[in-house]
Amino acid sequence: MAKVTIGKKACAVNPLKMSQPIGGSFAFLGLRGAMPLLHGSQGCTSFGLTLFVRHFKEAVPMQTTAMSEVATVLGGYENVEQAILNIYKKQKPEIIGICSTGVTETKGDDVDGYIRLIREKHPELANYPLVYVSTPDFKDAFQDGWDKTVAKMVEVLVDKPTSIRRDPARVNVLPGCHLTPGDIEELRTIFEDFGLEPSFLPDIGGSLDGHIPDEFTPTTIGGIGLEEIATMGSASWTIAIGAQMKRAAEAMQARTGVPYRLFERLCGLLPNDEFMTFLSEISGRPVPAKYRRQRGQLADAMLDAHFHIGGRKLAIGAEPDLLFDVASMLHDMGAEIAVAITTTQSPVLERMPCAEVLIGDLEDLETQAKARDCGLMMTHSHGRQAAARLKIPFYRIGFPMFDRLGAGHLLTVGYRGTRDLIFALANLIIADREDNHQPTPDTWLDPWAEHQAPIDSAVVAPLH
Amino acid sequence: MSSLSATIQNVFNEPGCGKNANKSEAERKKGCTKQLQPGGAAGGCAFDGAKVALQPLTDVAHLVHGPIACEGNSWDNRGAASSGSQIWRTGFTTDINETDVVFGGEKRLYKAIKEIIEKYDPPAVFVYQTCVPAMTGDDINAVCKAASAKFGKPCIPVNSPGFVGPKNLGNKLAGEALLDHVIGTVEPEVTTPYDLNIIGEYNLSGELWQVKPLFDELGIRISACISGDGRYKDVASSHRARAAMMVCSKAMINVARKMEERYGIPFFEGSFYGIQDSSDSLREIARLLVERGAPADLLERTEAVIAREEAKAWAAIEPFKKRLTGKKVLLITGGVKSWSVVAALQEAGMELVGTSVKKSTKEDKERIKELMGQDAHMIDDMAPREMYKMLKDAKADIMLSGGKSQFVALKAAMPWLDINQERSHAYMGYIGMVKLVAEIDKAIYNPMWEQLRKRAPWESASTTWQAKAIAQANAEAAALAADPVAAEAVRRAKKICHCKSVGLGTIEDAIKAHALTDVAGVRTHTNASGGCGACAGRVEDILARVSAPAELLQAAE
Repeated sequence: MAKVTIGKKACAVNPLKMSQPIGGSFAFLGLRGAMPLLHGSQGCTSFGLTLFVRHFKEAVPMQTTAMSEVATVLGGYENVEQAILNIYKKQKPEIIGICSTGVTETKGDDVDGYIRLIREKHPELANYPLVYVSTPDFKDAFQDGWDKTVAKMVEVLVDKPTSIRRDPARVNVLPGCHLTPGDIEELRTIFEDFGLEPSFLPDIGGSLDGHIPDEFTPTTIGGIGLEEIATMGSASWTIAIGAQMKRAAEAMQARTGVPYRLFERLCGLLPNDEFMTFLSEISGRPVPAKYRRQRGQLADAMLDAHFHIGGRKLAIGAEPDLLFDVASMLHDMGAEIAVAITTTQSPVLERMPCAEVLIGDLEDLETQAKARDCGLMMTHSHGRQAAARLKIPFYRIGFPMFDRLGAGHLLTVGYRGTRDLIFALANLIIADREDNHQPTPDTWLDPWAEHQAPIDSAVVAPLH
Repeated sequence: MSSLSATIQNVFNEPGCGKNANKSEAERKKGCTKQLQPGGAAGGCAFDGAKVALQPLTDVAHLVHGPIACEGNSWDNRGAASSGSQIWRTGFTTDINETDVVFGGEKRLYKAIKEIIEKYDPPAVFVYQTCVPAMTGDDINAVCKAASAKFGKPCIPVNSPGFVGPKNLGNKLAGEALLDHVIGTVEPEVTTPYDLNIIGEYNLSGELWQVKPLFDELGIRISACISGDGRYKDVASSHRARAAMMVCSKAMINVARKMEERYGIPFFEGSFYGIQDSSDSLREIARLLVERGAPADLLERTEAVIAREEAKAWAAIEPFKKRLTGKKVLLITGGVKSWSVVAALQEAGMELVGTSVKKSTKEDKERIKELMGQDAHMIDDMAPREMYKMLKDAKADIMLSGGKSQFVALKAAMPWLDINQERSHAYMGYIGMVKLVAEIDKAIYNPMWEQLRKRAPWESASTTWQAKAIAQANAEAAALAADPVAAEAVRRAKKICHCKSVGLGTIEDAIKAHALTDVAGVRTHTNASGGCGACAGRVEDILARVSAPAELLQAAE
């Protein structure tokens, strides 16, 4: 339905996109006792680390191979070796997850080869869990880094099953990077309420939910353990959430034969009906009363909120899966998706409920939102300047969210998550109307003005 | 790249840096930078440092030439404040792709500059080089030159790709860019005998504005602040100022010194953190300006302002004394700015733990600075569990530190206050110090701590995470005590010099083997204290301990 276009500017202004290696590291943060390691100069790690710390307000483990100019030119074998040895000795993580960066990919470092050599040279590392993913900064985006990394985890860390016996209660869940720790916890509860035993790969719900840890460790303070990942082949189903997880789900099926079901969306009424039906089928249990009530609550929330959300023109900037999920839900509530900006290619983009999706930046979001007279902006925290300039209500979705608390606990999944999101958005719109759009005696002085201007959403005026 | 490495050598040779001047020729060449350890490094890269130093210039477009990581992951994350233009908070990047890596990104960069000038019309475009285009050989100097000529607008190349070194090197390379391409390129419209440059101040949380009213009152004009709330034109014409204050940080010493050399602008190093430091700085500014021709009554007027502000500040701190007397503060910071708060904390009745210094004479201050610098290094290397134990052992009531230790401190239910650059409160000048004391009071007396320190109803005293952490630490200590060989190894492995990663054992061995008697000797043989120099005091202590018996023996003979 939507035309997907790629921005033609030489200069990205106010980037929406973040880099692949950060997305890859994020996936490693969902493993227990993990240490993500970026193979690049130390700034590559430091910028990513700062992003995570500001978003989650947590200490986040992340290391660097600290490539210097000379090391970069000569090749990074020694830096990778030293980094692995230092981390192995000092932080003693259960696993080190390595992502390449632009600088080491430009040189063409063969990190897989390095790791083989390092294992030969240091027998103590012969079987030590090291997972390497190639994630050059100058290609793709955050979401791609996450999906490549999860697929690689499946290939390296999941054992090939030795028997064909499957545990009917056990399900693998492969969540996209657009889900928050709060979303993961919500899903865990839902699965458990059906009597299912979910294994989340990765599980940022366990590591980045902002809890006080039982033990202080310099690695991740929770997440899925390696032994649990190894046995994922004994599950009866894999459930992938977000189109980005198709690659990992297929890798799982290829490796273990576990069939998968992909849910592209878990925000909104119908996607959750589908999800509940599926869980009921695979568990053989009826949908618990709790969710029947929640469905009613969501339906009621939609009724109450459609007065406010219906007809609103929205400008949304987000990575493909989050964009598709939230925009579709709001479209189904009668909102008009007037502007949709994203970071990278995805098969869901052409199914977006709007005329056009642009792979662009927040300058595009701002100029188009202005030209198309949008009444609500949704994107990550970096949209705050644009929304303030346009004087329209602003709702933060996605990563990073550094200027508000509780980023890790925001919900968009499930009946309940959808209900809360709808309330939050409707309340923003109500507040905006009360603060900025109260009628005055002059409001209708020129009542026909807005009906006379030709409505042409394709015309975009320059911003400044 | 050859010109870049020449610039770096030039920066390393900075004669204005006391630490640098004490080093041998060979050591100087190696640079003042901390050796980056793969798998054990923290902190930003040279690009980060250059951007930190220049981004507070508010009306300039800051364009990052590189892949999305460099700007996409980091833009709009600084707390500097602007009184005018917001263009400095706009993220501009060429976001280079595979094609640019293969075929070069110079055309894209040129077009990007063109787009920015057409759309945003800033007085200048700063172009930041990053690792990938530096590797593929994009010549940003040439592109900037061509663009400046074509568009009639200064395009300033900032050559500081991340992999040339750490953040502080980037600060200095940023300074070099200003010296080479900006400062002295425009003549000011007006000059006064009261024109002052402030160098190395970033106006974080708008804290410069805590001091500016005092300048205004005294008639002192900030001709340029480099770079907090700075304007391009002001910096370009800053070579006509009468005097300069280098805000207590070595970050831009090259700018201050070279401006003195080229334009005869005398500078001093000062700080507005702490009451005494604020007064000292105001006095020094007045003295320098009068020396350079400002009317002498400025001195008296300055004294009057100082007396009034000091009296007000102490009066405002007085009510906190009762509540804060005897409270213990654990102050851990590498930021040279922050040690000057010590006097104010002590004046409010608080004690500093972690340092043995009770009063703040000048020498004591140096000592505190050194100790805290060392502790800040130490804490960077500390496992969270060790840090928790340290907090517990210190019996501190509050910890003041940089952002990195924040979460461990808070999770250990320890009141904590951010005094590094990410902080959201302004602590400069007289009013700033009162604000700091008030924040400490607020943090310590929050009733929340009492609840949080209670264990959950289902936990017994021995199963809390606190008890487990302490038990684990104790078990490790006990295991060591039972194994003298291991204990000795741990003792010897204790890192003394964090920059060059030199352990106690190495230093002891060198002292014994070569009968060393001074820090310079230890530096020559072990490289210890060849980095930031903060560990010189510790090395002296070791020298005193290890070499004393030998000297006594010699004396006996």
